[in-house]
Formats: sequence, structure tokens, C-alpha cells
Amino acid sequence: MMDKRSLLKHEAVKFIPFALLILALPMAFREGYLLNVFVFVGIHTLLAVALNLLLGYAGQISLGQAAFFGLGAYGSGILTATHGLNPWLAMVLVAAAVGVLAFLIGFPILKLKGHYLAMATLGFGIIVYIVFNEAVDVTGGPSGLSGIPNLAVGGITFDSDFKNYYLIWGITLLTILLSLNLVNSRIGRGLRAIHDSEVAARVMGVNVRLLKVQIFALSAVISSVAGSLYAYTMTFVSPTSFGFNFSVELVTMVIIGGLGSIYGSFLGAALLTLLPEFLRAFQDYDIVVYGFLLIFMTMYMPGGLVRGIPALVGRIAERIGIRKKVDA
Amino acid sequence: MLKRATFILTFVVSLAILAGSALAAPPIKIGGLFAVTGPASFLGEPERNTAQMVVSEINASGGIKGRKLELIVYDTQGDATKAVQAANRLIKDDKVSAIIGPSTTGDTMAVIPVAEKAQIPLISCAAGSKITDPVKKWVFKTAQNDGLAVAKIYENLKRKKIAKVAILTVSDGFGSSGREQLKAQAAAHGMQIVSDDTYGPKDTDMTAQLTKIRGSGAQAVICWGTNPGPAVIARNAKQLGLKLPLYMSHGVSSKKFIELAGDASEGIVLPSGRVIVADLLPNSDRQKKSLIAFVKDYQKHYNAEGDHFGGHAWDALMLLKGAIERGSDNPAAIRNQLERTRNFAGIGGVFTYSPNDHAGLAKDAFVLVEIRKRDFALVK
Amino acid sequence: MHIADQISQYLLSGLSTGAIYALIGVGFAIIHNSTGIINFAQGEFVMLGGMLTLFFLTALKLPLLVSIILAIAVATLVGIAFERLAIRPMKNASPISLVIITIGGSILIRGIAMLIWGKDTHALPTFSGNDPIQLGEATILPQHLWIFAVTVIVIICSKLYFNYTISGKAMRACAYNSRAAGLVGIDVRRMVLFSFAISAAMGSMAGIIIAPLTMTSYDVGIMLGLKGFCAAIIGGMSSGLGTVFGGIILGVLESLGAGLLSSGYKDAIAFIILLIILLVRPQGLFKKGDTERV
Repeated sequence: MMDKRSLLKHEAVKFIPFALLILALPMAFREGYLLNVFVFVGIHTLLAVALNLLLGYAGQISLGQAAFFGLGAYGSGILTATHGLNPWLAMVLVAAAVGVLAFLIGFPILKLKGHYLAMATLGFGIIVYIVFNEAVDVTGGPSGLSGIPNLAVGGITFDSDFKNYYLIWGITLLTILLSLNLVNSRIGRGLRAIHDSEVAARVMGVNVRLLKVQIFALSAVISSVAGSLYAYTMTFVSPTSFGFNFSVELVTMVIIGGLGSIYGSFLGAALLTLLPEFLRAFQDYDIVVYGFLLIFMTMYMPGGLVRGIPALVGRIAERIGIRKKVDA
Repeated sequence: MLKRATFILTFVVSLAILAGSALAAPPIKIGGLFAVTGPASFLGEPERNTAQMVVSEINASGGIKGRKLELIVYDTQGDATKAVQAANRLIKDDKVSAIIGPSTTGDTMAVIPVAEKAQIPLISCAAGSKITDPVKKWVFKTAQNDGLAVAKIYENLKRKKIAKVAILTVSDGFGSSGREQLKAQAAAHGMQIVSDDTYGPKDTDMTAQLTKIRGSGAQAVICWGTNPGPAVIARNAKQLGLKLPLYMSHGVSSKKFIELAGDASEGIVLPSGRVIVADLLPNSDRQKKSLIAFVKDYQKHYNAEGDHFGGHAWDALMLLKGAIERGSDNPAAIRNQLERTRNFAGIGGVFTYSPNDHAGLAKDAFVLVEIRKRDFALVK
Repeated sequence: MHIADQISQYLLSGLSTGAIYALIGVGFAIIHNSTGIINFAQGEFVMLGGMLTLFFLTALKLPLLVSIILAIAVATLVGIAFERLAIRPMKNASPISLVIITIGGSILIRGIAMLIWGKDTHALPTFSGNDPIQLGEATILPQHLWIFAVTVIVIICSKLYFNYTISGKAMRACAYNSRAAGLVGIDVRRMVLFSFAISAAMGSMAGIIIAPLTMTSYDVGIMLGLKGFCAAIIGGMSSGLGTVFGGIILGVLESLGAGLLSSGYKDAIAFIILLIILLVRPQGLFKKGDTERV
């Protein structure tokens, strides 16, 4: 086990270059549409990190994560657009409410395991989605809720991709930092113990039930903040963005990126957000390519991009080496 | 030997094409945002097909003012996030002069802030009345307001001395917009909604809702949805022996609905754009020329029946063509000329835009049709 | 109209949709019981059944019965291929990876179906006419009788298979403890392949007999699959009567919910029931509790 100081150094070596790279990216994009795409990469990274804490570290699957994202977005949207609340205040209130909700449903739901947990969270996600669709008077129903304001601080209104990029990535980087801190702490070790064996964790004195619920609630709160940021960036929300498909997409981001790796979550979020831009060339074929990638990546890169890319590079190098020998 | 000849030929031809395109004026770029896949593909696919067809027809006849059109289409999948990303790409990367679409009201509402900010004209193919109410400077639409279709049905009911109706709407954007209008206009037409139910877009059995309606004392049923739901409802109504007159929305005004509902479609009345009854219209009808051209072209290009959803894209492109012909391909000029469109007889109706009306259609955009012997007939 | 007559219609409608859910749910249960996998692609076999029958019927102009047999055969082959290509290579994978694989498989199958057959909805002819059958004040269609009949036959066959044949007993052994089953000489891998083949065949059969009522398109599998899954969970993942009751309970509650409470929230009602059952009786309504294995 590393001592605290070398651990800090170890993380700083990775985090500082990463943060600098992120902060410098807009120089490369200028005002092109990729800047806009990377605003969404930021939001998706936030969501993927939140889910990864639950799925990658504590080993608890959730197929209803889009519900918390949606509750954050709709909560902030309704409080600001309909009731004229300050957007920052709305964001905090909604995040707190979503946290309490997740805490309450977490206790019974997290008693379930594996497929049953997947099914229960899926059911929860679908119920929330139906409410977004049906409560027309409150949510605007299927045609959505518009007129949501941008965030503003001092004299700056976050109304352009450039400003939103720094706002969202600022919050995302901060969350990454806090998450790194969390997973390297005693709590993080407790989570990993739960992942490996709940019984063993309990024997070692970890309050398994409470810890699982706490991490579930934390992950819901982060997702809710991401939802609020999404609503303020888009100035519009509609139910289709928060359905079962999006929950699956989030799980895919985490798995493709790498379970139990915060940076993997970024890679997964970036790949899945950029993928449609590359797949546009395939037009109607993109759904097939997407399904194929999902299977292929899970089968041949079980560790995710963050571990798979180095391994793949190694393997390709090896294979080229072999080929050369054969040719000679 | 032959190979080399082919190679030289290809080389020369490509050189000629290169030279040709270098000499000709650059094309006018137009963006298209359609929900080609996903739950709203019944809108997006015919719209995209029609848009591509119209552009190739325009280019084949020499383009606009000697310049070709270039259509860049992105799929929104009916998802607001993807629609906004695609709109940004069209504006910032492809640098289009104008955008047609998106297909759904939700996608359109999401894209409006992007278009308004970039000051690029947007001609939506979605029906929701809140798209152009209140009027937004850069946003127009071609699909008829759902309110017009509702008024058409209510007027017919009133003539039949029916005052108690049951409504059964699908729980997606199309259905909820219809439901809103059905409820809003009921009082003005002296209608009383005695039963207000919905069904899911993927539901497979609606006998429960229809049984409830049967017990509600309604004198007629109005169903608002797109295929396949209404076809299931028509069949369920027949199964239950429901004797009430059944009204549908313009969401099912295509032969596809009759094919799906089979004999259960007999006697159903619905408001529709004129496209399905193009050949029944009198020659004096102002839209007849456009309608026949659209139907014929669609048949030629896709060997399928053009529907009025495709018609929304036809109208959007033709309105755009008119605006560019009168002005230039500069976005601001296009917007100004669009707003000056007067009496353009398209597929959805006769369009007249003005500074306080960016929807442009009057009530006569719809006709009422009845399904008789597996075909549409005009209701006088 | 009298309220009692309305309720009898709700019950009958619920019964007929419930039978559909049950038939799909049994497919889920069979795979789950022999492999521990929840096959999220199960709904796509339902879709394949309907779309393949339509394809053989209209594009190749084959008679209905031949089309149905061919459709079941092709769907079964797809199930076998899916198991061989995507499930078997993952023998030591975590449940999470398997969930993702089957979700990926469902997206892939749906996408390919969309590319081949387009996005339109199609109707299939009913097997024996459209004249409603009167039962008191309630009505059903002849096609519903087909659904009931097929459900009953499937349940009886699976009961016989699992209780009285060697391979059925072997499959049950795999469900209890696949390692022990392997030790006594059962070819576990073959049993897994078998279970995919059987449930693909069952799913496609369900798809075929419901298509004349519900119509079919490339994306019908999603919602039907989820509902079938709910039925299986309520029934405690039984491949027999439990799931049938699960499906019927779900169908009846949906129909009563739509008729008496709110039609907009009827799917929410189904999933709330699912949640309650998962939380209160995760072993299903009809099974005695199992001790949890560590």
C-alpha cells in the first residue's frame, strides 16, 4: 500500500496534465461544432464518473441512471422556467431533493443483487420516464419544456459554447478530483471490498448496507447536477433524452471506458458522444455499428479502453512482429 | 490493355468534373434535420426522401440562379440532444444558409435557440403550434397546426348534432399536442369531452380504453395518433362492436393505415392534407398542380406513395427556393424573403407568411375525408 | 353500460394480453434457469417471429403454415448463432458484462431487421377470421383463442420436457448448480446452447401468433420483451405455471388500471408492481424462499 504522499504524487502526475489538456482543448476547436460536442462530453463524463462510483467501485449496476439525470434537468427547468427561481439555487435544491430520494429508495433497492438489481433500477427509470411524459401540466409532456434560462454569475451569462465549456468542465474536473480523493480513501477501500465480497467486507467491519446506499445517493446527486447543467445549456428539455436507451448508453460509457477507472469514464463518455459524429457517414447503419461495437468491446476489451488500448497496442505490435518473421 | 484504357478514361472524366466544378459557382448549402431513425422515423424518413428528391430535381433543371443546391442531412433520432449537436454542426462546420426540419416539435423547440442565436433561418416540418406562437424571428414552419385539424373535426360533429365526445390520444408529442387542442377548442365548438384517455405508442391492445369509452355516454370517438396505434384501435372497436362514429387525425392519412386496419377502417372520418385525394380535387384547386407533381415525382424516385409528411419537406424546400430566387443565399435575405411569401400553393396548403404569422396556413389547409371501400373519399 | 359488464371485458382483455406476456416470459425463464443470464435480446426473437413470417408470406409468397415453420426455424438459428458467437466465449464474465452483451445483441438484431425490412409497420392475416366471439357481455377474437391454446401447449410441453426427459432433467440440473452438473457428466455448454435455441423458438412463436392482432415492425420487441420479463419476475422465473400467472396478473392489472384508473399511467402501474414484488418477494409470488448463496 502506498503512503499518502506518494499516492498524492501518483494522482497528481495524471490529473494535472489531464486538466491542462482539457482546459487547452478549446484553442484547438476555435468556435467549431466540436466545441459544442465537447460541452456534452463534459456532461456525459460527469454522469459516467457518477455511475462508475456505483458500478465500477461498489459493483452495483443501475439501469435507471437517466432518471436521476432527468430529475435534475426537469427539476431545474421547472423551478426556473415556471417558477422563476434563481438557477444556481434551483440546482442546489434539486440536487438535495434527488439525493434524499435516492437515499430513501436506495435502502430497499440495493438489497437486490445482479440481474434483479438491474431490473429494479430499470423499472424505476421507466416509471420516472412515464411521469415526464404524462405529467403534461408540470413537465410540458412529450413536446418538452422550453424557456429555461442560462446560468449567470456576476456579469457573465453562460450562453455560448465557449463559456459553457469552461463552466461544465470546471465542475467536471472538480468532481473528478473529489472522486479520486474518495476512491483512494478508506471509503474507496470499503467500496472495493463490497465489490469483491459483501460478506468479507461485512466481516472486516464495513457497514455494507449504509455504504452502498450512500454511494448510490452520491451518484444520484452528481447525475442531478449534470442534469441541471444540461438544462441550462440546452435551455430546453424533453423526455426522449432521459429514457431507457440513455441509461444503457451511460452503462456502456462506463464499461467501454473501464470499470473502476475515473479517467476511463472520460474515455468512454468521449467515445460514445463523438461516435455518432463519425457514424453519420453510415447513416441508417449506425444502430448496427453501435450494437456490434457494444458486443465487440465487452468481449475483447473487458477492461475497457483505459486498459485495453495499451494491451491492444502491445498485441498488434507482437502480431506485426510475427507477420514480419513469416514474410522473411 | 483494357484496364489501362479504363484508367485513362476515369482520369480524364474526373479531371473534367474537377474542372467543371471549379468553374461553376459554389453550391448553395442547405441543412436538413430529420428523425430518420427512432420512434419518429415515420416522419423523418419520408421527409428526408422528399428533400433529397426535390434537391435532385432542382439541380437537374439547372439549380437556383445557375447554382446547384447541396443538401446535408443529419439524423436527429428524435432526440433533443442529438438534434442540437447536429444543428450546431450544420451551422458551424457545414456553414449552411438555411435549415429545414426538424421532424418533431420537441426537436424543433430544442434547436430554435441555436438557430435564433446563429441567425440562420429554420423551416420546421413539425406541427406544434408553439413553434411559431409566439413568432420567432428566424423560425418558420410548414406542417399544419394541429388546431386546424381539430376544428375540422369539431365542425363536422356539430353538423351531425353530436356534442359528447371521447378522446383517445397517443402519449407522444403528436398525441399530446392533439389532446391539448382537442381540450382547448371543445368549449368554443360546444363540445363536451366525456372521456379523456391515452395509450402508449407501442401498446398492442386498447380494448380497455374503448370499453371505458363505451360506458361513458360518448356519441363519437376521436383518436389522435400515428400508425400503428390507430389501426389497433379501429380493429379493437370492431371487435367490441362499438357502434360510435370513429374519427382519426391526419396522422394516419395514408394508404398504410387502411392496409393495417383492413376492413375495420371502413367509415372512419379524418382530416387530411390534400395529397391523398389529389386526383379527386377539382381542376380549380390551387394546390392541384403541386400535389400532382409531388405524387408523380415520389412515385418515380422511390416507387412508393408520397404522404403529407414528405409534403412538409417539399413545401419547406420550395418555399426556400422561392426565397432564394427572389433574394440571395444570404441567411438574412432568405429570412426576409420567406416572410414575404404570398399565396404559395404547396402540399400542406396555400402559404402566406407575414411578420406576425410564421405558420402561414389557414383552416382550408385540411379537407375531411372518409374511408370508403378501402379508399379515401372527400366529405362534402 | 353496466360496470360489471365493463369489468368482465377488462378481465378478458387482460387475460389475453397476459397470455402474450406469459409466453414471452417463459422464454426469459428458460434461459435464466439454465444459465443465470437475463437475455435482454429475448424481445427481438418475438420481433423476428412476426417479421420473418411476414417476409416468407409476402416476399416469397409461401403458404402461411410453411412461413410459420420457416420463421421459427430461422429465429432458432439466430438464437443458436447468438449463443455461439457472443455468449459462449464469455464463460467467466460478470453478470454486468452479460447484461451488456445481450443488450448489444438486441440492438444489433433490431438494427439488422430495420435495414432488411425497413421501418414500416405491417399487418399479418389472422389465422381464422375476424368475427368476434361473444362471452357474456365481453368479446374476444378467434386469434385470442390461438394465443390461449399455444400458451397452454407450450406450458404442457415444457413441463413434460423438464420433468420427464433426460435432457430436460439435465437442464434443470444446470440451473441448480452448473459445476455439479458438469461433474456428473452433463455437457453444460450444450445445455446452454439448447436453452437459447428453445427460448428463441418460443419467443418467435409468441411473435407469430400475436402479430395478426398487434401488427409487427422492427421495433416491437423492446416493450413486449420488458413486459414478458416482468411476467417472468412476478412468476419467480418459473418456466411453467408461475410465469403464466405472472403474465395474467400483469395483463389484468394493466387493463383494469387503464380502464378504472388512468390509461396514461398503466405502464407505470406494471412497473410499480414489478418493483414491489422485487422488494417484498424477490423469489416471485409463487415460490418458497431460497436461501441466499454466498
